[in-house]
Amino acid sequence: MLLQQVVNGVMLGAVYALIAIGYTLIFGVLGMLHLAHGEVFMVGAFVGLVVAGRFGGNIVLALAAAMLATGLLGLVVERVAFRPLRGAHHLAPLATTIGAGIALQETARWYFGPEQKGFPSTIALTLWELGPLRVSSVQAFILVAALVLMGGVHLFLARTRAGRAVRATAEDPTVAGLLGVNVTAVVVLVFFVASALAGAAGVLVGLAYNSVHPFIGVQMGIKGLVVMLLGGLGNVPGAMLGGLVLGVLEVLGVAYFASSYRDAFAFGAVMVMLMLRPEGLLGLRLPRRD
Amino acid sequence: MLIQLGINLILALSLYFPLSAGQLSLGQGGFMAIGAYVASWLTAVLGWPWPVAFAVGAAAAGAVGALVGLPALRVRGIYLVLMTMAFGEIVRVFFLNFAPTGAAQGFRGMPFVTSLPVVAGLAAAVAVLAARTAASRMGRAFAAINRDELAAEVVGIDVTGAKLVSFTVGAVVAGLAGALWAHYVQFIEPEEFGFARSVMPFTFVVVGGIETFWGALVGAAVLTVLPEWLRFLKEWRLALYGLAMLAVMIVRPQGLIDHRLLAAMRRWRPGHAKEVAR
Repeated sequence: MLLQQVVNGVMLGAVYALIAIGYTLIFGVLGMLHLAHGEVFMVGAFVGLVVAGRFGGNIVLALAAAMLATGLLGLVVERVAFRPLRGAHHLAPLATTIGAGIALQETARWYFGPEQKGFPSTIALTLWELGPLRVSSVQAFILVAALVLMGGVHLFLARTRAGRAVRATAEDPTVAGLLGVNVTAVVVLVFFVASALAGAAGVLVGLAYNSVHPFIGVQMGIKGLVVMLLGGLGNVPGAMLGGLVLGVLEVLGVAYFASSYRDAFAFGAVMVMLMLRPEGLLGLRLPRRD
Repeated sequence: MLIQLGINLILALSLYFPLSAGQLSLGQGGFMAIGAYVASWLTAVLGWPWPVAFAVGAAAAGAVGALVGLPALRVRGIYLVLMTMAFGEIVRVFFLNFAPTGAAQGFRGMPFVTSLPVVAGLAAAVAVLAARTAASRMGRAFAAINRDELAAEVVGIDVTGAKLVSFTVGAVVAGLAGALWAHYVQFIEPEEFGFARSVMPFTFVVVGGIETFWGALVGAAVLTVLPEWLRFLKEWRLALYGLAMLAVMIVRPQGLIDHRLLAAMRRWRPGHAKEVAR
């Protein structure tokens, strides 16, 4: 029973981590919060739903299409809600991204209707029994997809030239620019990657709970922020760990305490964390921008 | 609608107080919920007269604000934003589970109190408080902290005290807005006071302009009236509202009202100067 809950928690946490990595990448290079990130996630869920419906429940195709679509959406958000505000007050992007988020929610509500929608039931579902554990093929797919994506992000940041440019920009945009890094291109790239990850998370959450509606992004967006904070702002491995911690904490909390307090665990953890260890679980130092 | 406008003006000012000392709170919905529930319980269950109930509700929000503000003073910037956000969500989850006030079913039974004169009077009182604060020693301390906390401390400002005061006053005002709201709609449920509600005053203040309290007032007025004007767009109304917010921020990142605009207005109408004294 405990082990089963931990597996469920890890699955949920892996999805949280995907969202939080996006937040933390964007915060890393810009020092700003992207409050429409939850809505990008929502758009990803809907694109996945439509593509899966059109192509007979092909989840891999749905995932790829959703990532491409949300990646492009991320570029639009960057161009519209962030780039015009370079150098403005650091609170201004919070307002523009909230505005963009409202516009996305309402567009989705107009197009898809406010009610919940499920993924097509054509997706084959097999249950594997591993001793006391029961894992469905959908759960396995979610876990594998999330881990592959996280591994990909890690390799991208650690091993590629572009990844090094991202890390340099996160360290200090001015110096990185002086050393020949095209900071604008890095920001654009980060928005594409971050938004594509959120889109992937959208498809995975849609699969896990079989329910997609225009307002799923709100709560998920807040959870992603919580996870980013647990991991330390701008810290990618921290976001991965933070996601797993929150996922397991929530699932165990629901299983052993009361389900209606589920969200309180996350936010209680944040408040304690901020008081005791504001630099995050893996944080070594506070980011210089506050 | 004018009643809503009045409540939104108060809500916007509740965010303005902590923000004027450089502290952004995205948990005003939580303070609003405390004010709303405490005041409603006092009028609906105990039958207290509303002025006392409102005062107690606002004071309760303020007390919680001071409690949250104390540890929150250790964190700043984005961390404070996230912390207040977490606080707001915790309050929401608390009332969602708190049976004496109806939990998820919501709470009703409070009388209709929030008539236009009541809202107008209270909104005016809070606006005068904001104007007087801005011109006071404390207001200048807030502004100094907002500009540069370290420098403020060096010149002898009690930074901790000033921040705590600004945060607590903001919580009291938000609690008052909550009490007014509850006695206007006469039915409250926890979901109303979630993150979306906390974001509202923030959008008012940022769109209106964060430099002066006039920005908070103008932002609240514009963003309350705008959805009504956009009503002819039917289902596109809120989408357009979001885009309008985006557009305003791109054109005027500092918000609609800034010091330059106020200075220009003062030159244009000299009699105005005394009113706007800061």
